[in-house]
Amino acid sequence: MKLIKNILCAGAVFMAFAGYAQSSKGKSGTFALTNATIETVTNGAIQNGTVVISEGKITAAGTAVTVPSGAEIIDCTGHVIYPGMIEGGSRLGLTEVNSDARTRDFSEIGEVIPQIQALTAVNPNSVLIPVTRVSGVTTSLALPSGGMFPGTAALINLHGYTPNQMYAGFKGIVLNYPQSGRRGRFDRRTDEEINEAAEKALKNLNETWGKLAEYHKLDSTITASGSNEKLDYYPEMEALLPVYRGEMTLLIEVNASNDIRSAIDWVKDKNLKVIFTGVSEGWRVAKELAEANIPVVTGPVLSVPTREYDRYDRPYANPGLMQKAGVKVAIRNNGAENVRNLPYDAGFAATYGMGREEALKAITINSAEIFGLEKELGSIEVGKIANLFIADGDVFETKTQVKHVFIAGWQIPMESRHTKLYDEFLERSPGVKK
Amino acid sequence: MKKNILSALLLLISVGLQAQEKGTLLIRNGTVLTITNGIKENSDVLIKDGKIQKIGTGLKAPSGADVIDAKGMYVMPGIIDAHSHIALSAINEATSPVTAEVSTGDAVNPLDIAIYRALAGGVTLSHAMHGSANAIGGQCETIKHRYGTVDPEELKMKGAPRTIKFALGENPTRVHGSGNGILPRTRMGVEEVFRNSFSEANEYMAGWNEYNAKKNQKGFKGVAPKYDLRLETLADILKGNIIIHCHSYRADEIYMLMQVCKDYGIKRLVFQHVNEGFKVAPELAEFGAMASVFSDWWAYKFEVYYSTAYNATILTENNVVTSINSDSRELIRHLYHEAAKTQKYGSLPNDKALSLITINPAKQLGIDDRVGSLEEGKEGDVAIFKNHPLSIYAVPMYTIVDGIVEFDRENDPADMRIYPNPEEQIDVTIAVSDSEYDRCMQDTEFLFNH
Repeated sequence: MKLIKNILCAGAVFMAFAGYAQSSKGKSGTFALTNATIETVTNGAIQNGTVVISEGKITAAGTAVTVPSGAEIIDCTGHVIYPGMIEGGSRLGLTEVNSDARTRDFSEIGEVIPQIQALTAVNPNSVLIPVTRVSGVTTSLALPSGGMFPGTAALINLHGYTPNQMYAGFKGIVLNYPQSGRRGRFDRRTDEEINEAAEKALKNLNETWGKLAEYHKLDSTITASGSNEKLDYYPEMEALLPVYRGEMTLLIEVNASNDIRSAIDWVKDKNLKVIFTGVSEGWRVAKELAEANIPVVTGPVLSVPTREYDRYDRPYANPGLMQKAGVKVAIRNNGAENVRNLPYDAGFAATYGMGREEALKAITINSAEIFGLEKELGSIEVGKIANLFIADGDVFETKTQVKHVFIAGWQIPMESRHTKLYDEFLERSPGVKK
Repeated sequence: MKKNILSALLLLISVGLQAQEKGTLLIRNGTVLTITNGIKENSDVLIKDGKIQKIGTGLKAPSGADVIDAKGMYVMPGIIDAHSHIALSAINEATSPVTAEVSTGDAVNPLDIAIYRALAGGVTLSHAMHGSANAIGGQCETIKHRYGTVDPEELKMKGAPRTIKFALGENPTRVHGSGNGILPRTRMGVEEVFRNSFSEANEYMAGWNEYNAKKNQKGFKGVAPKYDLRLETLADILKGNIIIHCHSYRADEIYMLMQVCKDYGIKRLVFQHVNEGFKVAPELAEFGAMASVFSDWWAYKFEVYYSTAYNATILTENNVVTSINSDSRELIRHLYHEAAKTQKYGSLPNDKALSLITINPAKQLGIDDRVGSLEEGKEGDVAIFKNHPLSIYAVPMYTIVDGIVEFDRENDPADMRIYPNPEEQIDVTIAVSDSEYDRCMQDTEFLFNH
């Protein structure tokens, strides 16, 4: 009897705990979003349209759409449907409380560790994730940082209970391109020390790349000979091999204009699949970037000018200046807990020269294209994965409310720690007197 | 030679005069967001000798006065940041849990380019605060963004009430408890620092009172108590001459300081950051304490993990005088956007949202009789926007301090440094990864490099 009581107690405790679970469950099914303005991104805006979601995909989008029987209808009168926003590089999922090393999983020890997988460390139950997705950001590139080759980044959808459920189909290896400049106001090194360090870093990179070339040769020879021989276990080179062969994307983090030029030069005859990330001084070398035909994921847009003598609005204008020069530009927020502000990074870019249309592309279809997922993500088109959200106005306007979010066809509960605290404390009870 | 000295003198005088200059300026045909007195469409604002002389229609510009045509633009009071560390060459005197004797006013740096960049975001005035390393930190300086002067004194807003930085929670306990092995190591210890300090200050005041009362009496043989600037400052807090601005996060510690202040009769209390202020909003309102918050920063450290971007709205709706601050040389450039986030998080109406960056921070600094709204008689600090300042498409076009145009988007050159370093050869390129979090803890890094 006592045992039963204990089990009951344990059950009650468990249920009480479950009641405090961080989120309600998502819901899958067939949904018809009717009477909406549809910002398709790739085919203009459709007025008074309907989008049907079924089995995780967009199965219909337009004005002449038959609502399937049994579909849950969401009336979107006066509202706008947008494709889910794609964050092009953040620590979301890899960190929880940034000042606490125990919750930081984005930076592993080692200079050349491309085999390290960001996806492994993504915490599907991070409190930061619901806070982000209820603002319409449905997808984010989990980006490792640290040494020269700090690991493999992975694109994740912001819903799921395992990293694999969240994985959105793109991985890329990160290279922090050697910095030749002073790192900021607190960089106390002498000019000589800075130059030496930069030369050494580039030498290290080229040495690593030389090893990789050898590894590629050996591997190719063995494959060509059809022998059963295997190369010694060398995970770094194994991870880099597809990059060397142009089969896997290399995400090159590079910001200062000299470094961008140097990186353009470095990739020139290598036949790589390359994305430049960061690119905060891209506006200085926009033409060269365009000529090199290298796509860019830039941001945060809300950041201070990289140099004291630069015009105050250069960071705001940077994406637009690159885009106008002919560079394919995606925008990232690059944060963790506030990746929800991605539409404002794009919004400031829109305001300072890029324009609304291009800025919207820079957080949807351009990101999808750059990550090679233009058939799956980034626009409202039939056959694409149902990552989308419904807002009561212009996605860039600060006051706009996001009403519904769908990720891979799952209707996401519109709640987060932030909304729950609002509900509890707007009119606290008891107030001052109990 | 004499001539040279004379011209150098003249130059000095003219530099001084220029900085003190008050402008006369007519802003015409704008949509005037007065903040305290509604919206006036198609109206003019006349600033004469640095003060708003008249708001109306069809106003005539005094001869020789500059005129800004604000047709189609929004004219609002200069934005005020109640928590900033720009224009400072030192932030933390992290050598004792109590450093009430020091003042950021002694470390004002008028050359900081961040002043200009703040102007380019419509910000005309900021509260240059001491850091948060100490439970009782240093005194702070309220500065006007008169960019271009090389004289630190010219930035100071003369006559603004004195303020002092307090700090609760992780920062003072980390620096002194964990870093130096002295009290406070816990939130209990932080309370003790306050009670000790105020009790000592009470004794100090009593000693002086006794001495002053007796010193002129016949046959008095005593000596004056030893003068102590730290205790003088604390005594001034007890007398109500200094406003406390306290770095805080958790509800319990916020509540604690209110209890301490009640016990010592202290009424002028503003909480800074106050991420969990929303949890004790009724108590804050009852005390009359004010709150200066981030729009949406959270989770960067454990004590802000249980916070919400709805904080400003909850506080406002509970009648706590609330402002939105930056604490960052980046964020200070778009406080208008930060204020707009209260419309995403809680749907605050325009007037309340704009109050968060104008009249409310002015109240918190005790200068709301001089700035923070467009009213006749107030100082001529104005921000002019293309598109509504709460819109993402807002662009600050002109920023005016004391009637002087300090920022003009169409006419300012790109390089606005006052003093380029002639020895710097390698460009300083600030990597994006250099985050600006916790500038409050600048100058304390040495404690944690082991």
